[in-house]
Amino acid sequence: MRTVERKIGAAILELEHISLAFGGVKALTDISFDVREHEIRAIIGPNGAGKSSMLNVINGVYHPQQGTITYRGTERRDMDPHRTAAQGIARTFQNIALFKGMSVLDNIMTGRNLKMHATFIEQAIWIGRARREEIENRRKVEEVIDFLEIQHIRKTPVGRLPYGLQKRVELARALAAEPSMLLLDEPMAGMNVEEKQDMCRFVLDVNEQYGTTIVLIEHDMGVVMDISDRVVVLDYGRKIGDGNPDEVRNNQAVIDAYLGVAH
Amino acid sequence: MDAQLDTFPRLLLHHAQVRGSHPACREKDLGIWQTWTWLEVAVEVRALACGLAAKGFGRGMHLAIIGDNRPRLYWSMLAAQALGGIPVPMYQDAPAADFVFVLNDAEIAYAVVEDQEQVDKMLEAMPQVPTLRHICYDKPRGLRNYDGVLAFDALQALGREFDRAHPGFYEAEVARGRPDDVSVMLYTSGTTGKAKGVCQAHAAFIASARGGAQFDRLTPDDSILSYLPMAWVGDHLFSFAQWVYVGFTINCPESGDTVMTDLREIGPTYYFAPPRVFENLLTQVTIRMEDASWIKRRIYRQSMAVARRCGTQILDGKPIGTADRVEYALGNLLIYGPLRNVLGMSRIRVAYTAGAAIGPDLFRFYRSIGINLKQLYGSTETCAYVCLQPDGAVKFDSVGLPAPGVEVKIANDGEVLVRGPMLLKEYYKRPDATAESIDGDGFFRTGDAGLFDDDGQLKIIDRAKDVGRLTSGAMYAPNYIENKLKFFPHIKEAVAFGHQRSEVCAFVNIDMGSVGNWAERRGIAYSSYTDLAQKPEVYQLVKECVEQVNAELAHDPALAGSQVHRFLVLHKELDPDDDELTRTRKVRRSFIADKYAVLIDALYGGRTVQHIETLVKFEDGRTGMVAADLRIENAMTHAAPPAARAAQSR
Repeated sequence: MRTVERKIGAAILELEHISLAFGGVKALTDISFDVREHEIRAIIGPNGAGKSSMLNVINGVYHPQQGTITYRGTERRDMDPHRTAAQGIARTFQNIALFKGMSVLDNIMTGRNLKMHATFIEQAIWIGRARREEIENRRKVEEVIDFLEIQHIRKTPVGRLPYGLQKRVELARALAAEPSMLLLDEPMAGMNVEEKQDMCRFVLDVNEQYGTTIVLIEHDMGVVMDISDRVVVLDYGRKIGDGNPDEVRNNQAVIDAYLGVAH
Repeated sequence: MDAQLDTFPRLLLHHAQVRGSHPACREKDLGIWQTWTWLEVAVEVRALACGLAAKGFGRGMHLAIIGDNRPRLYWSMLAAQALGGIPVPMYQDAPAADFVFVLNDAEIAYAVVEDQEQVDKMLEAMPQVPTLRHICYDKPRGLRNYDGVLAFDALQALGREFDRAHPGFYEAEVARGRPDDVSVMLYTSGTTGKAKGVCQAHAAFIASARGGAQFDRLTPDDSILSYLPMAWVGDHLFSFAQWVYVGFTINCPESGDTVMTDLREIGPTYYFAPPRVFENLLTQVTIRMEDASWIKRRIYRQSMAVARRCGTQILDGKPIGTADRVEYALGNLLIYGPLRNVLGMSRIRVAYTAGAAIGPDLFRFYRSIGINLKQLYGSTETCAYVCLQPDGAVKFDSVGLPAPGVEVKIANDGEVLVRGPMLLKEYYKRPDATAESIDGDGFFRTGDAGLFDDDGQLKIIDRAKDVGRLTSGAMYAPNYIENKLKFFPHIKEAVAFGHQRSEVCAFVNIDMGSVGNWAERRGIAYSSYTDLAQKPEVYQLVKECVEQVNAELAHDPALAGSQVHRFLVLHKELDPDDDELTRTRKVRRSFIADKYAVLIDALYGGRTVQHIETLVKFEDGRTGMVAADLRIENAMTHAAPPAARAAQSR
């Protein structure tokens, strides 16, 4: 009875001929692909294939020596993470980057940072705009908490939580920014089967409920094949495959490089 | 109160009139407590009732209600009753297959459920339940693309339209209700055979609510946390019948995981929990105290010693010395007060527990720190209302005096018989069962064996049919033994065997939280429940518990023969999903005896180790195998005291 009808739109992020090198080390070589609106796009590849570098390029942390990135029709030059965030792109990290000593609630509130406009003074003495904004932003954060079912740890310091929940809190913080595009760096790494299933469900729910475009890096082939609309495969910094999960699964180059050559 | 206030929908209208702005329900939503007044509840219920009517629901029909405690689900009960329909709450954690029987038995056509999880279960059950047609859900999340199900808001919108088109309809429907109409159908947990639908009239639940309210002087200013399954008679009495009768406030927690936090925030004045909840709380407190610094541990131990000595006497208003009073006041300042606050019990005036026996240490702990914890006795068939413990005369091993309006007598074979306005009208479609359980004089057979003590308080020993005899002829009450074992925090469940056997043997389930913590503290490594359960150190720990129980049993001449001779620790937790426990977590002894026959043979056959493989069902319906070699241990038993031997030989 469940009829999923997500409308996948036109390409909103286009990467063309991206090359990135650190000194003599070529991290990415001539990579082109695009991301369409509302889709779940996976980037896979063996260790060191350049997946995280790719994400960092999109995020504006790394600046490729060659190639162009077009986001919603505008070519991006000299990006930095701050401006990326302002454009509605949020991310999570492979090795959790939360404030361990702060509560879950406060951590997620930091995701609303860009939505707050009150000045330092206003916030310090808690008047006018600061107060109004805090209430409004707290409401948004509570919606995310409800969405990801983490009410019971709202006031728990993040450092005391198990790994799987910390990952979920990180996703919550990214969601709090109300992104139109979400970059997830190995969201299921190090999780047990049940935690992975939960995380898959949340990723799908986010995509379905908010229509958020999702770019994710993942190791677990099963997960990727189950939830992605299209998959890019990298190996040694080169693109060796691109297409829907079935196409990628049957692509000989991918089978050889990623799943191993039969001897 | 007005003589006209004899059905729940009329009581609702009454509250909307006399205390319209008084809070009726609260629920935490998006981190903030939302409040609905009695007037608002009346408006919501009216819209919902009219919505149901617009969909064809009417007099005599059954409305399934499934979900966690939420104001909207309680309103659904009132809405069904307003139309002369009968709400049928069901256990929300049961898998779809378990719903099928009840849905068919009650010929359910309409269901109001909480969320996507429950909708999915309803849709799964639908092919096997031809009558089921209308499903209404409360939380819309994830349900956007479902066809053929209706949102709660949409149903209410329909209702408001219907209400405008049919002025006076709602009032007329409420006026048509009679006190002897069935107000709710609660399914018994099925310790014995298939579940039976217990039909309770408005009059029965109102009589029970009135009696309880008078007994404990409840007022509209009381407030209670509603967190127990809505299908359970206890919740229906405390969070529904007494709520609508007295007009106090119910508070629904944010989610099952936040109950403790919500309890602290609300600070209810009136509280009801099965012994298990009190047990878990105490276990947590104990574990956290053991992790505290030595100075805190020391203050805690000292204060608790004072509380044990004089706490209960102070609560009961008995005279005690000035020195004790001063020491207790100090303890109250340092430990009891803050502890009550942490437990969310600072404002509690009356707390009840029921459903299973409560350990004396556990019971004394709460009473000694100033929480007025009492016991009651009742069942689904009696609206959970037979005996109540009065303030000032509370004993851990009795369940109190017969409640106002209730007659209790003991049959010749020891069975407890009760009569009063709170008795069930009938078992649904089971005249045979109804006739069997109510005798010619109108007394209901509770199926419990009990006796009155010197103060006229009722003492329940066991299920009447479970009381057996050893081959020596000595009485054997398995529940009594199991409860004694379960009073140890390390033991979660126990199952005793002995009827028509030469001696008593037992299965034990360890408590993962408590024993796990104990093992960590001692540096005992373990990989899983099964692994931990079979550790020699754990066996030693359990053995000490068993031997302590034996020592206690040996004191009682009638029960000295029931000492546990041999035991084993089970490799898996007994689970309602595997049919080993009922949904209210009572052990199904005969089912377990059949399922684990090989283990029982090993216990009585003198073996020291036995291999077993068991099929387990996970929550999502998948199955798996658990295999283990179980060790079997002997426990030391004590000779019966000379007086007992004399008594036996007589």
